[in-house]
This record gives sequence, structure tokens and C-alpha cells, in this order.
Amino acid sequence: MTAFLSWLLGRLPIGWLQLKHNRGRLAAAVAGIAFANILVFVQLGIMMALNTTILVPYSLLNADIIISAADSNSLTDGSNVPRQRGFEALSIAGVADSLPLFIGSINWKKDDGSSTNLQVMASDPAKGAFLAQPIRDEIAKLFLIDTVLLDRSTRGADEVRFEQISPQNPMLFEANGRTLSAPGTIDVGGGFSSDGFAYTSDQTFLRLFGKRISGAPNHILLKAEADRDIDIVIAELQELFPTGKVKVRTLEEAAHADQVYQTTERPTGLIFGFGVLMGVIVGLVIVYQLLSTDVADHLKEYATFKAMGYRQSFFLSIVFEEALILAVLGFIPGALIATILYQFLSEASSLPIMMDNARLIVVFLGTLASCAISGAIATRRLAGADPADLF
Amino acid sequence: MAHPGDKFPIVTERLNHWFGMGEARKQAIFDVSLEIDAGKLTILVGPSGSGKTTLLTLIGCLRDVQNGSAQLLGQELNNASEAELTASRQKLGFIFQAHNLHESLTALQNVRMGLEVHARQSPSKKADTYNVAAAHLLNLVGLGDRQKYLPSNLSGGQKQRVAVARALVGNPLVVFADEPTAALDKESGRNVVALLRRLGQERGTTTVMVTHDNRILEMADRIVTLEEGRIVDDKRFDT
Repeated sequence: MTAFLSWLLGRLPIGWLQLKHNRGRLAAAVAGIAFANILVFVQLGIMMALNTTILVPYSLLNADIIISAADSNSLTDGSNVPRQRGFEALSIAGVADSLPLFIGSINWKKDDGSSTNLQVMASDPAKGAFLAQPIRDEIAKLFLIDTVLLDRSTRGADEVRFEQISPQNPMLFEANGRTLSAPGTIDVGGGFSSDGFAYTSDQTFLRLFGKRISGAPNHILLKAEADRDIDIVIAELQELFPTGKVKVRTLEEAAHADQVYQTTERPTGLIFGFGVLMGVIVGLVIVYQLLSTDVADHLKEYATFKAMGYRQSFFLSIVFEEALILAVLGFIPGALIATILYQFLSEASSLPIMMDNARLIVVFLGTLASCAISGAIATRRLAGADPADLF
Repeated sequence: MAHPGDKFPIVTERLNHWFGMGEARKQAIFDVSLEIDAGKLTILVGPSGSGKTTLLTLIGCLRDVQNGSAQLLGQELNNASEAELTASRQKLGFIFQAHNLHESLTALQNVRMGLEVHARQSPSKKADTYNVAAAHLLNLVGLGDRQKYLPSNLSGGQKQRVAVARALVGNPLVVFADEPTAALDKESGRNVVALLRRLGQERGTTTVMVTHDNRILEMADRIVTLEEGRIVDDKRFDT
């Protein structure tokens, strides 16, 4: 290691030798940086899980354009949209088809007395083309009244029972005073606002939610004809509809706007964002403490080097060398432990908390940068001082 | 060819120095004008607080010159830039009161640091050349068999000898020593100074030493006595 670093740096690897000299201190520093890493990873994991689960219901759909009420920020909030908007939209050249989408939420009361909150999405089962693949194949099972597709990744779901679900062996359960039958399953997973999903037909939905009427769905999905410029279609639709009543957006835009809204304007998003910020700040403080204490402890030795004619850049390079070594040594256990914690958290919460490469790279670079900057700040004390004052 | 500072590598003129600010400001050096002879061992003596260490750190580029002139090997130190000071420091060897060895480096690596400061950029002259030169100096100070020892495993005298090797390894024109024997017993103190003097004579090095220690004065070529920041006595000996 020493020989390799000597070759790499073209000088004695003082930083490495210093770190190696005091093994107890090195272990403490590595543990500190690993802890800072874990802190940031966990906060980031939860926030990214929120970001991911927001997109999940959109990923069930296969539409080009979504018409929502003007006051709608996500799939579940805001006013309803008059069904006639869907018919009006068909008058625009380029709009191939339209589909009213209903969204609600039910409490699934289980035999053991517990209840699970499911987000219910519903549409005409004859228009499977508006749905993404796993649901599209199952949608035909919904032509029978009072049938739903249940989410087998629902939090707390009985896996063995869900495995057995088939049209011949449907699962029966009760919600909103009706007995429902699940002849099939979909795999979606719970989020922060519900434990899982259920997909059903518009007719079943209207029976489940007696106060809803077929003329007022939550959103209307549109499919454009192939080779049409979606932006032009959207512009024409916006012209068609009375101003200030509806939002016409691509499905991606709507999903992105939902993500922004939920992470910056809703309490959960704000809290997790704040958690990440706190994690980063606490991590920075730990790293700065470590590096500045290290520089302070070697100040006398650095002053000697300065008296011998070493430049400020030499001290910076020692500190950067230490920063790099500490960042790498701390990051490896930090990332490993965080991955294990992710596994544990995602099993306990059935949220999609998973490690990915982009996050690894960002956190590592952040660790490296904060180590280097902390060290650089700590060596400033050396820059202006007379060596004689530092002994 | 003659260079500025050939005959007198160190020249000070009306050098003054103060410590502290405002009311607490106290003058430590008064009008010191001094020419140090090339290739000789000059010893600065005087009671505590006489300003001898301050004078040494001023001409040794360890402290900014405030008032008057101090020239080191032709470089004026008053108002010198950081780059000029760094360049001047590289021409010196400095031996500190405490050995000031780097605790994490072996004896050999500590001595090597005295070399790396000069030509760090030339990759061809790396490790091997440095190690050979550093090992040679350790042999000269009698520590050839202690190359791989960390300072914590060396005695006080051995550490100070490593410090001497580090100061001399770059073949400096001028060597400063600030009470190099203070932390040593009589025998090792004498040995260290004798070594410094012998190596200085062989290499034509100019050596300036501050000391309290009367036992080593007999080795001096010249003794300059300071009292309360002023030169009160200046004796040259023919040896």
C-alpha cells in the first residue's frame, strides 16, 4: 500500500502513514464516515421510495394524454372531470380514443379484524389498451360484476392465499358493504398513502361508491393516433375546453408534476426531504470534525515541514490524500450496512427501498467532496501563520 | 563567480522586532546589525528572553521580518513574498529544540522529507535515489542500523541525530540550530554538536546555533552574546 501510494503520488504517502500510525483513531474515523454515509443513505432511500411509489399508479396506465380537473395535483385529489370532455376530445383530429378513469379507496376488512387500505382504480374493461401490460392481460376477468384484481404485494398480504387465487378459486372479501370476489392478482405494491392497489371495472366501482356517478370520473385518459405530435394535440385540446377548468397534460408530465407536488408541498415529502438535508448536514459535521481534528493534531509536524520549505499545496495534497483514503474506507462499510438496512426496511414497510448505482455514486462523490473541503478549510490555519508560532 | 552572500551568507541591518499588539506590544530585538561568516560555527548565547531564538527564527525565515533588513544568501527577507520565503527555506537546514520528527514516519522517511522538498517533481529521481542519500546521512550520524525505526522507538539523542541528518541531507548552505542539546544529556548533547560541527566543516556549511549550554561553547568559531534584544558581546576564535 505504502509503495503503491508512493508511486502514485511521487512522494512519501504521508497522509496514509499518518492514518496508519494511529489505528484506533483510523478505526474511529472510518466508523464516523461510515455512520454519516448510512445516515444519508437511509434518509435518501426513504425519500426515493416516496418518489418511486408516486409513479407506480401511472405505470399501470398506457395513455398519451390525461385530462384532469384544474385543481388536481395528484391522481387522488382535486375535483372530478365531466365525462363529456372525453367525447369533446374525440372531435380533435389525432385523438383516437378516450377513457374515463375512476379512483377511490376502500378498507378491506380481513378475517382477523385488521383492515387494509387499498387504492382502487377503475375503468371500462373493454378498453384494455389503456392499461399497461400486466393488467391488460387480466382485465377480461373484470367483466363479471363485483370482481376486482387484488395487489399481491399489498402490505401484510397472505402470500400463500394470494398464490392460490384463480377464476376457479377466487378470494372473497368485503368492502364498503359489498362482497367482492378477486379472480386474479396484479403486482403493484403499497405506497405512503395506501397499503396496496385494486383494479376493477367502472361498473363495480360505481356500485362500491354509491355517491359517484358515471358522468363524473376523476380523470380522462386519451390515446393519440400514431405519428401525431402530442404537443399539437394538447394545444388544440386546451383551446377546445373552457379556460381554467381542466388540465391537459401528457401522462409523463402529470406524473412528474405529481412527484414535484408530493415531495415539495405535502408534509410527508417535506419531512423526508428535510430528513435527507439533516442527514447531509450531520454527515458534513462529522466529516469536518474528523478532518479538522486530524489537521490540528498534526499541526506541529506540518509546521516543521513548512519551516523546511514545503508549500501550502503540499499540505493540501496530504489532506486530500487522507480525505480520499477515509472516504473510500468509510464508504465501503457504510454502503454495505445501508444495503442491509434497505433490505430490512423494505421488508418491514413493503416500500421499494433499494440501493441503486446512481445513489452509490452520488453519495460517494459527496463524501469525497465533503472530506476534501473539510480538510482544505482545516489547513487554511497553516497558510497565513509563521512556522515559529505553530510549534 | 561570486554570488551575493558568499562571504557573509547572513547579514542583518538595524533589525527590530516586536511581539504583541497595542498596549501589550513589547520590543524583543533592538537594532541588531550582524554579519555571519561563511563556513563557520557561530553560537548565539544570552539569558532567557534575550531574543536569541527570536533572532534565529527571523533570519531562518520562520517569522516575518517587521522592521530593518535581514538578508539570507542574498535574499532580502523584509517584505519577501511567500514564494520567496519558501525558496529561501529550501536552502536551509533547521534543527529544532524539540527534534520535531514526524511521529508516523520512520527515521529514513523523516530524513527523506529533507530531500523531497527539493526535487519532488522529477519522477526519475524518485524513491531509490532518495533512500540511498537518506540512508547515507543516517550512516554518517551513526544510525545506519535504525533506518526503519519510528521516532517513538529511538532515544532522545538518537532522535536529535535523525533531525541533524534531516537538516543536512539536502546539502544546505546554512544550518540553523535552536538549542539542539536542550533535551539531551551531557554526553549525547556534546556528540550532536560535535557531529554538526564536523559535518559542517567537511561540507563548508555555515552553522548558526542558539544555546544555553556552556559545555559546547568551546566548539564555536564565534560567540555572539545578546542581552535584552541587543548584541552586547561578539568574539571570534581562531581554531
